[in-house]
Amino acid sequence: MKNSPALLGDLAVQFMILSLVAFGGANAVVPELHRLSVTLRHWMTDAEFANLFAIAQAAPGPNVMIATLVGWKAAGLPGALVATVAMCAPSCLLTYFAARAWERWRETRWRAAIGAGLAPVTVGLVVASAWLLAHAADRQWRLVAVTAATAIVVYATKLNPLWCLAAAAGLGLAGVLG
Amino acid sequence: MNSDMQSSDFSQTDSPGAAALFLAFLGVGLSGFGGVLPFARRMLVERRAWLSETQFAETLALCQTLPGPNIVNVSVVVGSRFAGALGALAAVTGLMAAPVAIVLVLATLYGRYGAVGRLPEMIAGLGAAACGLVAATAAKMALPIVRKRPVTAAPFIVAAFVGVGLMRLPLVWVLAALAPLSIAAAWGRKG
Repeated sequence: MKNSPALLGDLAVQFMILSLVAFGGANAVVPELHRLSVTLRHWMTDAEFANLFAIAQAAPGPNVMIATLVGWKAAGLPGALVATVAMCAPSCLLTYFAARAWERWRETRWRAAIGAGLAPVTVGLVVASAWLLAHAADRQWRLVAVTAATAIVVYATKLNPLWCLAAAAGLGLAGVLG
Repeated sequence: MNSDMQSSDFSQTDSPGAAALFLAFLGVGLSGFGGVLPFARRMLVERRAWLSETQFAETLALCQTLPGPNIVNVSVVVGSRFAGALGALAAVTGLMAAPVAIVLVLATLYGRYGAVGRLPEMIAGLGAAACGLVAATAAKMALPIVRKRPVTAAPFIVAAFVGVGLMRLPLVWVLAALAPLSIAAAWGRKG
């Protein structure tokens, strides 16, 4: 079943669609990724999704790594590569061709309206991402406290978020969160 | 004519080839945790001076309007400006190669040892902190927009959250319903 052409084909199609609706970047499609991989395809549980998201955030690189890990969980290394390429290729091609046209249109009123109109929708999607991830990850009150503390520190200070991740991992290793 | 002038402006300092683009974005991919945009800005504007501050801001605005991971789009625009399709491919590959390799090593370790000792608790802690990070990002994005356009923007933030977060509707439906209305609201406000 794993690595079957049908599974890889399904991954390719689903992630190519996601690529073209990922307004606001990878964080905005986290709810849709969750819906696809947990609710529709049963590639993983809610908690496993939260764990993979944690690994993606703890690794260096763009936020889009969560797509790589969903592909990996669904179909191993081939799945990871198919998901990564499918998640990037359509939007990259669109960007490649749009970049030149954009120069000509950047002073126009409709270009500004599209940018200003998409912004609140993508913000709502990122809020939904945080909500769904908290739902999956915060299984008891100590973890809720970690989420809240991280949100406040990252929002209110210029501290590198990596320190929050390291502190939370350290608390877990010390057995404080168990 | 105008667009030709833009292109020459873009490459007035020096024109990196595909190899230089690959290496530069390789560094960006390796340096960023929890999002790499600040590192891309530092590399492109401050360290290599491939783009001016304004050019970077305009490139970012374009990439945020288009679908897809923003930083990946930035690498495509910069790569293609300096070295065409090959440059775009080199920049994207450079950006993605190392992070994909690293995240797969981590995932393999997680698959093999994720249930050993206190590692489940460590991963649970990481997961809790990771959603705090996303919540902070959401708040940072939301507040300026809500402050500037409480009437024309805030309802769309709430509607997108309710549709996707609470009702768990497919993203495509929510976008198809909300994006045209939200763009129309923004358009009406400008006039």
